[in-house]
Amino acid sequence: MSTAGDQLRVVASGEMAPAQVGAALAEVTSSETALRRFLAGLPGVDQVGADQRAAALATRSIKAAAKAWAIDTAISMVDLTTLEGADTPGKVHALCMKAGRPDPEDPSVPPVAAVCVYPDLVGVARSALGSSPVKVASVATAFPSGRASRAVKLADVRDALEAGADEVDMVIDRGAFLAGHYGRVLEEVQAVKAACGPAHLKVILETGELATYDNVRRASWTAMLAGADFIKTSTGKVAPASTLPVGLVMLEAVRDFAAATGRLVGVKFAGGIRSTKDAIRYLVLANEVAGEAWLEPELLRLGASSLLNDLLMQRRKQRTGAYAGSQDFSVE
Amino acid sequence: MARFEYAPAPESRAVVSLRSSYGLFIDGAFVEPVDGGSFNTISPATEEVLAEVALAGAGDVERAVAAARRAQREVWAPMPGAERGKYLFRVARIIQERARELAVLESLDNGKPIRESRDVDVPLAAAHFFYYAGWADKLDYAGFGPAPRPLGVAGQIIPWNFPLLMAAWKLAPALATGSTCVLKPAETTPLSALLLAEIFQQAELPPGVVNILTGDGATGAALVARRDLDKVAFTGSTEVGKAIQRELAGTRTRLSLELGGKAANIVFEDAPLSQAIEGIVNGIFFNQGHVCCAGSRLLVQESVAEGVLDALKERLGTLRLGDPLDKNTDIGAINSGRQLDKIVELAASGEREGAERWSPSCAIPERGYWFPPTIFTGVAPSQRIAREEIFGPVLSVLTFRTPDEAVQKANNTTYGLSAGVWTEKGSRILWMADRLRAGVVWANTFNRFDPTSPFGGYRESGFGREGGRHGLEEYLDA
Repeated sequence: MSTAGDQLRVVASGEMAPAQVGAALAEVTSSETALRRFLAGLPGVDQVGADQRAAALATRSIKAAAKAWAIDTAISMVDLTTLEGADTPGKVHALCMKAGRPDPEDPSVPPVAAVCVYPDLVGVARSALGSSPVKVASVATAFPSGRASRAVKLADVRDALEAGADEVDMVIDRGAFLAGHYGRVLEEVQAVKAACGPAHLKVILETGELATYDNVRRASWTAMLAGADFIKTSTGKVAPASTLPVGLVMLEAVRDFAAATGRLVGVKFAGGIRSTKDAIRYLVLANEVAGEAWLEPELLRLGASSLLNDLLMQRRKQRTGAYAGSQDFSVE
Repeated sequence: MARFEYAPAPESRAVVSLRSSYGLFIDGAFVEPVDGGSFNTISPATEEVLAEVALAGAGDVERAVAAARRAQREVWAPMPGAERGKYLFRVARIIQERARELAVLESLDNGKPIRESRDVDVPLAAAHFFYYAGWADKLDYAGFGPAPRPLGVAGQIIPWNFPLLMAAWKLAPALATGSTCVLKPAETTPLSALLLAEIFQQAELPPGVVNILTGDGATGAALVARRDLDKVAFTGSTEVGKAIQRELAGTRTRLSLELGGKAANIVFEDAPLSQAIEGIVNGIFFNQGHVCCAGSRLLVQESVAEGVLDALKERLGTLRLGDPLDKNTDIGAINSGRQLDKIVELAASGEREGAERWSPSCAIPERGYWFPPTIFTGVAPSQRIAREEIFGPVLSVLTFRTPDEAVQKANNTTYGLSAGVWTEKGSRILWMADRLRAGVVWANTFNRFDPTSPFGGYRESGFGREGGRHGLEEYLDA
């Protein structure tokens, strides 16, 4: 019996030459049946065990120099986000100013990784950021529900790219996934990836709607097999958004995918990350589950809006020993 | 150098006020031993002397048993169960209030990581008192007939691996039934039991209901040698357990023994593998492997053995060994030089007998007693490391091909305390549990404890049960 699932499982144990890996991946994604068989062959996730491991890692105590390093690293990983119906050019402009220079009083604060906006505001962000190293990320593919035709989704992506987006945050078709049409999910990610060209593609799994950790693992692999540069937890519009155990399962997936294929896929945690403590927990999780290679903005992002000010406040506390007031940092 | 180097995050020692010397806790007060003997207790992580502790002799045992007898007859047994329950609830609450103090003291004296003493030992000790407090006025409904009578006075000897928790396991059910206790903590870890004695004083537990005699093996032997105890409960090595059983043969003293183990942790190919890796780590490296029910034999299905071992080795590379009081420490110190010698000797035998030894690279502190997490692969069932209890962070890996073979290998031991089964197939879990000769079978987890669940062994792992409704029976005249 030579099924795609068996082949990739051999891949996962690292016994194949690179050319064979490519062939095995191609076979896994060659048909709906092959993909389904592969996903079903992935080891299950025991929910109690995953919750326990995530809770144990959350007790890591990060102090002093380690904390200072973690705060700066977290700032450099923030995708500063505004995704509201009420977003205006003024709001996006203000956010971009904050992104490039988070604390005007302290030039040693690194810029964030990106600003994340709706496609129609990408142009505003692009011109506001100018030559700043901060990237422009845009949600697309009928964010957040993803309930539109393929043509509309791809047009959404093109819009964002033409306006100057560096990164695209797409949503998967959760309806298709839950109905078991994994192939449709895969194809759609492949199509968006093709449309993206050199732009980085982040694939939002919306884990709150997938419900089980087994589904999170399968969706992670589907997105990675389709060519995702990043897998991302949530839109931020559905509760629960990002949780530590879900983060654990996704980090295991990118680790295993890297072991099998040599390609490192990034992870973006988004939604509900508000405090420095939360952010540091995700850094610890990435460090101990996926490995230290993931501890950089190219492979780890934190999608958030209010998190940045808490990071700035904790940073100043580290340096001066005193807490700043809530009005000491700008609110956009 | 690692990119994300965790800075030291030690728990403060200031929360514990160590006395320079401790007496014996007899009849509600700390007293000097009759013959004035004493010994030092040290921190195994630094070899620093923590305190001088009284050494109880036969005269002290006599005083303690007399106090326990009087308290049992005159105060504790006649007291309504609801009143006894109030004392136990009070003790449980004080343990929670003084949790940090207990955890720091336990890690200092025992060498275990503060993460474990804080998150496992102390909360579970409180949970045992809470659980048995609830039984104190409901003994009629425990299934041992109407108005079951307390057994009387119990002599209880506990080990050094979970000093406070083992004290709670022994004391709480006994006290709930109306029995009273003379407790002998282990020679290397007496301090948390003495802090527990202070907690009994704070809870105004009537004098004599619990007496605590610190000492060495001779103290324990003097306690067992008395013929006026109604019960002896022992947790410790199989060797000492056998000696106690010989000593008590033919007497009216009831006995329960919780002894060694060589548990199989069985991983099937359809297991949730990431969690199984965690379960293997938790099974053998929790508390430096100083766990009688440790999953010291990994039985992994041959079809996934290579992948499991690779993942396991990678995971062991992330374990942090060092200062037990550091909140990020995963592996603490070996409890004593004597235990370290035993682990070193058995590990050497594994190499001599042809098994392949592996440890992650990890820095070992200069002072204190330490042993790195160690895996032996290619282990044959006949080798010593597959048969003898090492009681340290050493895992012996064996493989199997079929469920029948897994059962056969798992049961191929003189022990029978625990086992673990990892599979996503529910029916196989039940099939295995029926056939494994072990007191506890964990499914898709390992080393999980709860006061409602009875715990105890088969064969050379001992007899009698602690925890749950079953734990009451050991202290009832039923």
